[in-house]
Amino acid sequence: MTGYPPLPSDIWFIAIAPELVLTLTAMVVLLVGLSLRYRSYTPLVVLSLIGIAVSAGLAVAFWGQSREAFASTVVSDQFAQVVRLILLGIAAIAVLMAEPYLQQKRITFPEYFALVLFSTAGGMVMAAAQNLMVLFIGLEILSLSMYVMAGLARTETRSEEAALKYFLLGAFASGFLLYGIALIYGASGTTNLNELMPALFSPSPEKRLLLYGGLALLLVGLGFKAALVPFHVWTPDVYEGAPTAAAAFMASAAKTAAFAVFIRVAIAFQPASALWATVLAVLAVLTMSVGNLIALAQTNLKRMLAYSSIAHAGYLLVGVVAISNFASARAGISAVLYYFIAYALMTMGAFAVASLMAHEGQESNLIEDLAGLGTRSPHAAAMMTVFMLSLAGIPATAGFLGKFFLFNAALQQGSVGLLLAIVLAVNSVVSAFYYLRLIVVMYFHPAELPALPRPGFGLQLAIALCMIGSLLFGLYPLGWNQAQQAAEGVVRVMQTVRR
Amino acid sequence: METTPGLLTFIIFLPLAGALVLLLVPRESKEAIRWFTLAVTLLVFALSLRLYFGFNGASAGMQFREFALWMPQFGIHYHLGIDGISLWLVLLTTFLSVLAVAFSWVVEQRVKEYMFFMLLLETGMLGVFCALDLVLFYVFWEAMLVPMYFLIGMWGGERRIYAAIKFFLFTFFGSILMLVAIVALYYLHRDMTGVATFDLLKIQQALATSPLDLNLQLWLFAAFALAFAIKVPMFPFHTWLPDAHVEAPTAGSVILAGVLLKMGTYGFLRFCLPLFPDASQVAAPLMLTLAVIGIIYGAIVAAVQPDVKKLVAYSSVSHLGFVMLGLFALNAQGLTGSILQQVNHGISTGALFLLVGMIYERRHTRLIAEFGGLKRVMPVYAAFFLLVMLSSVGLPSTNGFVGEFLTLLGGFAVHIPLTVIAASGVILAAVYLLWMFQRVFYGEPSEKNASLPDLNLREIAILVPIVVLIFWIGLYPSTFTDAMQASVENLIRQVNGDAGAAWLAQMGETVRAVTMR
Repeated sequence: MTGYPPLPSDIWFIAIAPELVLTLTAMVVLLVGLSLRYRSYTPLVVLSLIGIAVSAGLAVAFWGQSREAFASTVVSDQFAQVVRLILLGIAAIAVLMAEPYLQQKRITFPEYFALVLFSTAGGMVMAAAQNLMVLFIGLEILSLSMYVMAGLARTETRSEEAALKYFLLGAFASGFLLYGIALIYGASGTTNLNELMPALFSPSPEKRLLLYGGLALLLVGLGFKAALVPFHVWTPDVYEGAPTAAAAFMASAAKTAAFAVFIRVAIAFQPASALWATVLAVLAVLTMSVGNLIALAQTNLKRMLAYSSIAHAGYLLVGVVAISNFASARAGISAVLYYFIAYALMTMGAFAVASLMAHEGQESNLIEDLAGLGTRSPHAAAMMTVFMLSLAGIPATAGFLGKFFLFNAALQQGSVGLLLAIVLAVNSVVSAFYYLRLIVVMYFHPAELPALPRPGFGLQLAIALCMIGSLLFGLYPLGWNQAQQAAEGVVRVMQTVRR
Repeated sequence: METTPGLLTFIIFLPLAGALVLLLVPRESKEAIRWFTLAVTLLVFALSLRLYFGFNGASAGMQFREFALWMPQFGIHYHLGIDGISLWLVLLTTFLSVLAVAFSWVVEQRVKEYMFFMLLLETGMLGVFCALDLVLFYVFWEAMLVPMYFLIGMWGGERRIYAAIKFFLFTFFGSILMLVAIVALYYLHRDMTGVATFDLLKIQQALATSPLDLNLQLWLFAAFALAFAIKVPMFPFHTWLPDAHVEAPTAGSVILAGVLLKMGTYGFLRFCLPLFPDASQVAAPLMLTLAVIGIIYGAIVAAVQPDVKKLVAYSSVSHLGFVMLGLFALNAQGLTGSILQQVNHGISTGALFLLVGMIYERRHTRLIAEFGGLKRVMPVYAAFFLLVMLSSVGLPSTNGFVGEFLTLLGGFAVHIPLTVIAASGVILAAVYLLWMFQRVFYGEPSEKNASLPDLNLREIAILVPIVVLIFWIGLYPSTFTDAMQASVENLIRQVNGDAGAAWLAQMGETVRAVTMR
């Protein structure tokens, strides 16, 4: 045993119990799926939902505790629980909406459900990671499952292209991320985020330069996952080519996990905030504006949603910038957490309605294909309208309250925040244009195509949940206190570390 | 303070409840849907009359107040109340909603959706006038865009999609910057007092005791004023108006002109003046100038329109100029006139749009050149048109006269040259309206016009209450101005401080003389 450090004394598997449960469920689903080929996937859906529910139950049971484990590489605090619960909610909706869609598309891979669960577990590891290597492992679990999901419609070249593109660029981004971790390790001698502080105040300028270089590369890697401009080019192709249910999951889960890490990293590097706040602010402006402007010109619904998701990543970044200032850090973190929920509900809802456009193996996602939906499928059109209004940030929807909280955080931050708030405001107007255009097409254009197929039960339930959530979270800030407690916990750590 | 849910809550949310009930009615039963919607709006109107009878005109404070916790973490609450200013706008809204629904019997396509959006719209508008919490106000202010957008886009004219999107984006642009200003105001107030709240009355109180620095005031004023100026619309932000008004279905135009534009002027009265008094005074000359440009520009453009509806739409720009002139005169006559003129414009222009809609239903054109000699074919219609038109011109003994006279009087006290120019707008109004009347109603009826049926009973029933109001306000305005007085005086105190109060005492006499007390 010589040469190896002693095993850490805080091996505490309970800290990662939600992830473990989910992984086990995924394996069972994989095995059961083998025996189910070409038959109904309902048992898989039920199994997955049970796993998700147990996992969520565990996350709720840990509420209020904050404990580190595995040599402080994992921290199971309230922030981790909130992000876990959000990710589990996303997974639940992704599982619910998938079955009817996969059948319509003739995609016969029960692996979809296992991949969703694996990927979610990866995202949850990222949220609980306090160590850059653990973060990397989580990110890879999340990403690898997603690469496969993007290519599930394997008879379609679009889907194959999406998978390959996502994989190649993703692998490249992972390289950046690892290189960044290496540089940070070189400068500080640690990969634990909570031990970086001495290096940040290191008297040697070379060391600090190395550290900042590492941080920059880290941002590139994460920026890729979160689809920030200029690391966004893969997004529209992947979302367009991937099966719609998978795209819905990728759009919300990957973003949530990546931004959770953004928050942890931003807190660890808070003393150097003068440096990264400006960079992130510039990225935020770019991401919002480029995303929205290109979305204006899209004719394909899924591509439009992809660019809109890029724009929303820019909005989220506004909340991250608020962490740079001590006074606004808490508001920023809770605003980002709230926006996760709002964004997931409205984006997954929109994708879920879009998945109705798949019929007997065929799928066309042109916006024009929705012409007259208000008369031929009034319910679907009404739901889509709610999601579009929420995405545009019209009051009484979750999108509005989410933006409102981001404004709140940004204006507390100071002058950079004020500027970002104004850019966000102007961007909302630009985005309203293309969200409204969808409503125009659905309601003001004459119907040419037949009604959409009647959605299966799971899909109906998923859409209904998203719609009710989009309204409920817009009328009352559900879970805000929890988000605030989570932010409080993370910020407190930041304060103690600083001392 | 009343308990929640009180009268205002019922008035605001009854239409919404009605809209939700409507969703359950099968779409084929059009008649049932129409009658149900009419019944809901009538009930809301009846309830709102109780506001009038229960209103204490001597008090300047907010009445019928309701308060309930909503998002206490942020100091956002469900806070409602009305004063002598909003009372009239609430009544105007409930009144015009009844007429708009009654007129909408002519809508044959997608009746269910149409009535659903009408009811939704009413909830939004009423909420705007009653909200005493900045966020609650903003929620209603924005939420109301959606039903209007659908009304224009689905039941509008040829270029309806363009008009609907333009309407939405213009308003959205202005209001989202206002949201930034609202949040900024929240933090300024919190840093000043240590209390985190979006409550309008509390913020007003705090700013009254320790006003913000002028520079800051000007920025915030600008953000609020932009949202409101687009809504009014003031020159040069008026370009959405002709499109939206012309393309909207008749009932939509009535609501747009009658109520939605008032949300802008109301915003100035409720937010800009009391919250940023110094900035308001600094900006007053600019606002007066823009108002006068609007008066003249709107009138001139209206005069050359070939389309009656466009003419009425541009006349709105001109009329709203008078409202803004009186408002930024910042004195008792001006403000009283401004509020009265808001009600007047809602009634007269709303009626003009209804009249244009009635002839459009018969001829399916609105081009002035297509008409002529209608007086002989449709005498009842011509009589109503004449009355409404004269009230719009501002003939003495009609409502338009009292309002315009008071605003001009107010303007005269602060800026004589501008007011003189503004007064010529009254003459221009006579020019474009009378000229149009002459071309449409006199002469020999052409073949197409010769056999048009005159107004039916339903249409007459819609127009009679309007005519009654035109003369009521014109002959006995104190019914309306009395209830405003205390609130207006309070507003002037807030804007002008002590100096303003002394000045007010002197000028108050003139107002009373004019309103025949």
